[in-house]
Amino acid sequence: MGLGNELKDKLAKRAALEVKEHMIVNLGIGIPSLVPNHLPPGFPVVFQSENGIIGIGPAPGEGQEDENLCNAGGYPVSIMNGGCYTDSSIAFAMIRRGKVDLTILGSLQVSEKGDLANWIIPGKKVPGMGGATELASKAKRVIVLMTHLDKKGGSKIVRECTLPLTTRSCVSMIITDRAVFTIEDGRLILKELFNPYTLQDIEETTDAQYTVSPAIKYID
Amino acid sequence: MSRLHNKRSSYENIKHFFNDGMTLMFGGFGGVGSPPTICKHLLDWGTKDITIIGNDTGFPHIGIGQLVAQYRVKKVIASHIGSNPVAGRLMSEGKLEVEFSPQGILAERIRAGGVGLKGIVTEIGVDDPYLNKGKEILEIDGDRYLYETALVAEVGIVYAQKADTYGNLIYDKSARNTNPLVAMAADITIVEAEEIVDVGELDPEEIVTSGVFVDHIVLSKGVDWKWAWETN
Repeated sequence: MGLGNELKDKLAKRAALEVKEHMIVNLGIGIPSLVPNHLPPGFPVVFQSENGIIGIGPAPGEGQEDENLCNAGGYPVSIMNGGCYTDSSIAFAMIRRGKVDLTILGSLQVSEKGDLANWIIPGKKVPGMGGATELASKAKRVIVLMTHLDKKGGSKIVRECTLPLTTRSCVSMIITDRAVFTIEDGRLILKELFNPYTLQDIEETTDAQYTVSPAIKYID
Repeated sequence: MSRLHNKRSSYENIKHFFNDGMTLMFGGFGGVGSPPTICKHLLDWGTKDITIIGNDTGFPHIGIGQLVAQYRVKKVIASHIGSNPVAGRLMSEGKLEVEFSPQGILAERIRAGGVGLKGIVTEIGVDDPYLNKGKEILEIDGDRYLYETALVAEVGIVYAQKADTYGNLIYDKSARNTNPLVAMAADITIVEAEEIVDVGELDPEEIVTSGVFVDHIVLSKGVDWKWAWETN
């Protein structure tokens, strides 16, 4: 996603504030997978992975990896006490049945209504939707972590997605390297600005229409 | 002497199941839980024009991805090809047909094939112009649903931690993933196991896949690729 490690951690740290006690949380690959690093040790939350791990624990140290215990991104993890393994069918049963409280994903575009487009750039990049369609449709809450701008400097928060949609009207929060937005009742609201960005910076780099929260916060 | 027959086989004896133009279903997720030694033999045997069905196309040097990278695959049914750039390139060049299914729907289509059902009915993708293309839409109780067909294959390849000689299986952590589903959905199910034990050695309570679904068992020689997370 073209962000330095410090910026990636900034996004992950902000997203970690949205993880509440006793939630069941599914994290996408990339920056979302950094979120657990920003939770207090022993924070009571269950990380579910669609490849069939319920209760992912910290990454093992070098030399301690088990090639058959990896997250959905293919990186070694551990399992917490009380965790279990399932097959892919059961992993998605939990997702479609609405047992996942929160999913944190990356995206290519998000519209001001919360439409998510993150599985294909026609003619260019066709990774496939993986588990995103079902996660975004069925998790109780969907948070997107992404750069504010695409590689060409275009706004990724748009009026209408030009890329094919993954799931319609599903995103409730967008955290970029510049700002935090929420989507409430189909309306996009600017809630927080990352230092040193200003209201004007966001206005100049955001295609979508939004309102500025009266309680706007400036954060580091 | 067990009353259950011994399905232990050798790579030489399973070779004849793998033919050009075949439909092959495979277990594994990002290569984790894909049977490494069967994949290696498929490369050596030169099997080509294969239709593969499984979660994803792994990496160019890992798991089933190796077959894609060596141009042995004509069609993929999967949820994701992003970790295998060769798959993306062949797709855009028109040399590889790719059918995407959302990951859990794919798992459920395989499971449906494995449990003798014709298909599944879901609201996932019903209004998505890519996912609903050419598919039947059903109206049930006033809501719209997509009919997704079950998937079956001529041969299924499965990775297990332990098999007894009848083919009762237990898996290894996240290497389980699609393996128990694939084990049920193929005409011929071939298991590559890390360890093969005598019948009676596995606790009936811990067996995940019944040997009823398994036709042949071969002993794994282990992973011969380097994982993306391995630094040296």
